[in-house]
Amino acid sequence: MLKIEGLTAEIDGKTILNGIDLEVPQGELHAIMGPNGSGKSTLSYVLAGREGYEVTAGSATFDGHDLLSMEPEERAATGLFLAFQYPVELPGVGNANFLRTALNALRRSKGEPELDAMQFLKVARERMRALAMPEDMLKRGVNVGFSGGEKKRNEILQMALLNPRMALLDETDSGLDIDALRIVADGVNAMRGPAFSALIITHYQRLLDYIVPDRVHVLMGGRIVKSGGPELAKELEVSGYTSVQAAA
Amino acid sequence: MTAMQQKGAEGFLHRYEGLRERLPGARLPWAEALRDEAAEAFRASGLPTRRIEAWRYTDLRAVGEAGFDEALTSLDDGQDLPAMRGSARAVFLDGRFRPDLSHLDGGAYAAGSLAAGMRKLEGRLGALARPEEQPLAALNTMLFEDGLVVTVPAGVAGGVLDLLSVASPTERPSAFHPRHLVRLEPGASLTLIETAIGPEEGRYLHNPVFEIEVGEGATFTHARLQQEGPRAFQLSTVYARVAAGGTYDNFTLNAGGQLVRNEIHTALTGPKGACHMNGAQLLGPGQHADTTTFLDHAAPDCASRQTYKTVLSGKSRGVFQGKILVRQPAQRTDGYQMNQALFLSPDAEIDSKPQLEIYADDVKCSHGATVGELDAEQLFYLRARGIPEPAARAMLVEAFLTEAVEGVSDPAARGALEEAVSGWWDRQMKDAA
Repeated sequence: MLKIEGLTAEIDGKTILNGIDLEVPQGELHAIMGPNGSGKSTLSYVLAGREGYEVTAGSATFDGHDLLSMEPEERAATGLFLAFQYPVELPGVGNANFLRTALNALRRSKGEPELDAMQFLKVARERMRALAMPEDMLKRGVNVGFSGGEKKRNEILQMALLNPRMALLDETDSGLDIDALRIVADGVNAMRGPAFSALIITHYQRLLDYIVPDRVHVLMGGRIVKSGGPELAKELEVSGYTSVQAAA
Repeated sequence: MTAMQQKGAEGFLHRYEGLRERLPGARLPWAEALRDEAAEAFRASGLPTRRIEAWRYTDLRAVGEAGFDEALTSLDDGQDLPAMRGSARAVFLDGRFRPDLSHLDGGAYAAGSLAAGMRKLEGRLGALARPEEQPLAALNTMLFEDGLVVTVPAGVAGGVLDLLSVASPTERPSAFHPRHLVRLEPGASLTLIETAIGPEEGRYLHNPVFEIEVGEGATFTHARLQQEGPRAFQLSTVYARVAAGGTYDNFTLNAGGQLVRNEIHTALTGPKGACHMNGAQLLGPGQHADTTTFLDHAAPDCASRQTYKTVLSGKSRGVFQGKILVRQPAQRTDGYQMNQALFLSPDAEIDSKPQLEIYADDVKCSHGATVGELDAEQLFYLRARGIPEPAARAMLVEAFLTEAVEGVSDPAARGALEEAVSGWWDRQMKDAA
């Protein structure tokens, strides 16, 4: 499903990704762990199509489509979703309007009928209850005045509504207390199934207690230096990243 | 004054000499005196030049050079007028009242043509306008042929009234200078939704002057949708006086025209009065729009709020000048002024000049100005959610305007504004495609 080969990317002339090889088959959840500055967020941004990164070598395909030649909205339309590490505030854009516009844009691209305001509210309320989100978050500006935990839950709400085939979760656990972490993890686990894959990017092993990945990859210096089963996350928790570096 | 501007001013003065005996009120001594004095003032000033501080950023040379003729009114009976928003409507074609297109009967207040009612306007017409200080008000006073006169009696809720100004297609440049008078007696209310439109081709000057009296505890909502034709000049001047406890709520949308000046003078003359002056300027290639406000806090415990937003695309230019004067008796004044510009193009320009002049000592007054572009992070966030770039940009532009439009409390006025804003955006998108 997601296939990354030899991906090399730089920002302002500085190489951040240095030949990443990674494959996430359909229906699997993979975790990428790595220390700060290893290129974790850059990887998610390059895959989602943020400006400012220059891909100098390699490829990334999603279901055989060349991701890197697509606009961000086209990537979203093929079923790719990025949960932002730092969700952006949009003052003056109502959360409900934003969510419905996004949902309808995707439905349009799939040739499905758009949802009117009533239909949308019904769907949104259901999803929000599952995430323990107060309903007034629909009325507020997107992420405006949201706490860190509320912002992350809003990301998961978007994921639940847009129902992607592949989610990139960029440090979705950062800044969450244990209750919020559980809610977010439940949101991700609820999506698990043969049609859903995810790449979970995290610094800490903590999130992986709640979302158990099929595979764990260690990213250091812009490359995958080690891959293994879920037990690899536990090993890292005990021995730290430096031991992996020494071994690699 | 440049030679061309001199010539342009002379054209207007010739016109006045030719029309003097035939203009409304020609045989009323007070009206004659008013016009003659205005003509004297205009002869002395001519059209304002950029050497005058209040006109530093707006150049009227093109107006001086246009060489205006009389408007030869030619509205086909079949011409579509915009749908009515209120229960009553006054239609002006090239500055002249058209009773056949208007619906003013049956309201709880009096509204009608100024030309038809000149006799009753002594002391009221000209009570607020300052032709000796403002050359365009002088030009208007000299040459006005008609206008709307509205009087809402004490305690009456007047509802929504449409004021529609239509410029007809002409081969030669035409000019019209309507004078509109609005009076709300104590406790009255009225919403006036003013729409100015004109032909796609053809040059004209629309130079309206408003004189607005808001009585004690009265509320006047004034939504102005300037959607003139792309080659039009609109130079408008509003004078408003607000008595104790009254509210004047002005929102001006500048979306059309080639060269536009929106000048507003509001005086808060009684305690606990309020004034909201908000606006949006939506400018495309080649457009110039200038909003200039003067707010006179003359009484204690008054509040004023001004939020102006300008969106600039192509090679356009926006101007905001806002002066707040707080006189010595105006203690506990609460004043706020904000103007913000959003650039959609690197070729656009905004000039912003806030000015506070405060003589009272117990005053809360703040102002601010920002300029910026669409935020790349916000744009990426929307696009990463599958929203195509043009729609994402539109959402962010609308969000930028929200604060100004939200300030309009009357739902009819706000609805009209939101519609006009999205119409402007759709046009920009179409032109860009």
